[in-house]
Amino acid sequence: MNPGLGTYLNLLWTFGLMSLLAVGGANATLPEMHRVAVDVNHWLTDAQFADMFAIAQFSPGPNVLIVTLIGYQVAGLPGAALTTFAMCGPAGVLAYFVANFFQRASHSFWPTIIQASFVPVSIGLMAAGGYVLAITVDTSLAAVLVTLATALLAAGTRINPLWPLAAAGFLGFMGFV
Amino acid sequence: MDQPAPSSDTAARGLAFEPPGLLELFLAFSKMSLAGFGGVLVWARRAIVDQHRWMTPDEFNEAFALCQLLPGANIVNLAIVFGGRFRGFAGSLAAFLGLLLPPSLIVTTLGVLYSHAGNLPLLQRTLSGIACAAVGLFLAVTVRMMVPLLKRKNPIEIGSMVAVFVAVGLWQAPLVVVLLIALPLSLAVTYLWRKRVAA
Repeated sequence: MNPGLGTYLNLLWTFGLMSLLAVGGANATLPEMHRVAVDVNHWLTDAQFADMFAIAQFSPGPNVLIVTLIGYQVAGLPGAALTTFAMCGPAGVLAYFVANFFQRASHSFWPTIIQASFVPVSIGLMAAGGYVLAITVDTSLAAVLVTLATALLAAGTRINPLWPLAAAGFLGFMGFV
Repeated sequence: MDQPAPSSDTAARGLAFEPPGLLELFLAFSKMSLAGFGGVLVWARRAIVDQHRWMTPDEFNEAFALCQLLPGANIVNLAIVFGGRFRGFAGSLAAFLGLLLPPSLIVTTLGVLYSHAGNLPLLQRTLSGIACAAVGLFLAVTVRMMVPLLKRKNPIEIGSMVAVFVAVGLWQAPLVVVLLIALPLSLAVTYLWRKRVAA
């Protein structure tokens, strides 16, 4: 793997822009990440993207770190660092300045109305992300069942998410999924 | 323990006497980040509100609402907003690095292992099993967030949610285009709706 300057710039631009578009959090950008990484740039196959998602969920830390894995896959260690920075830097700088501003001018009319109108958009994006991931990952009946069982368990109980992840990994290891 | 004289303000709100220092910020955010499998928010709230008493529950909710409103990973924004509130720019940086540095080293290590062993059928099978459950967890979070919205039965909210789902999920439209249309439209309609309800 010998990525050129163009690849680095592409990563920086792609994820920097995505960071500023990530209304409703990193999870809401999953469909866009999939579109950019798999369909547009062919950095990853569908199966690799699903693997990255699985590794990111199984690791500690914010789920946004899936971009670190994508960056590493595309351009090695510099790619991993660059992509993580691009995904967290621009939005972070914006957050810093907006927070300072809001501390002085709190409780105005606009924040609540902006939030009220953004929430449905961001949940729509998350649902789209769930759908894209599900059709990528759930290619067999057993896989669909594991997804549904985990969803029900996680929605209905306060179980530590590590347990269903480990159990499903074991089922996969044994060749059941 | 010896504590400096508390300022009446923080004591009255039941908060810690001393605001966190830079190293403390870095370590606290590292800890919550490394504890957070499948999401850091729960641990962040536990550490900031319950354990260290750096913020009241209401202050935490307000700070987090602001972070949800802003683009980017909510928890990364929270680290920056939180660190900045106590220690300015350096505080933001300390919390940001604490949150991201340790787990990104772990995730990179896993990425290196994957690129060397990702083709092993055994690992491949295990990962696809994990992926199925991970999608399930993701769907559960989505549903949990969707429930209050569905309960309100506001046709505008449900309409914009479904429209965004169709555009991004089913049509796989570019996010920039969808947001440039959806956000102003949703804002305008919400504004008009509230004015009509208020009138």
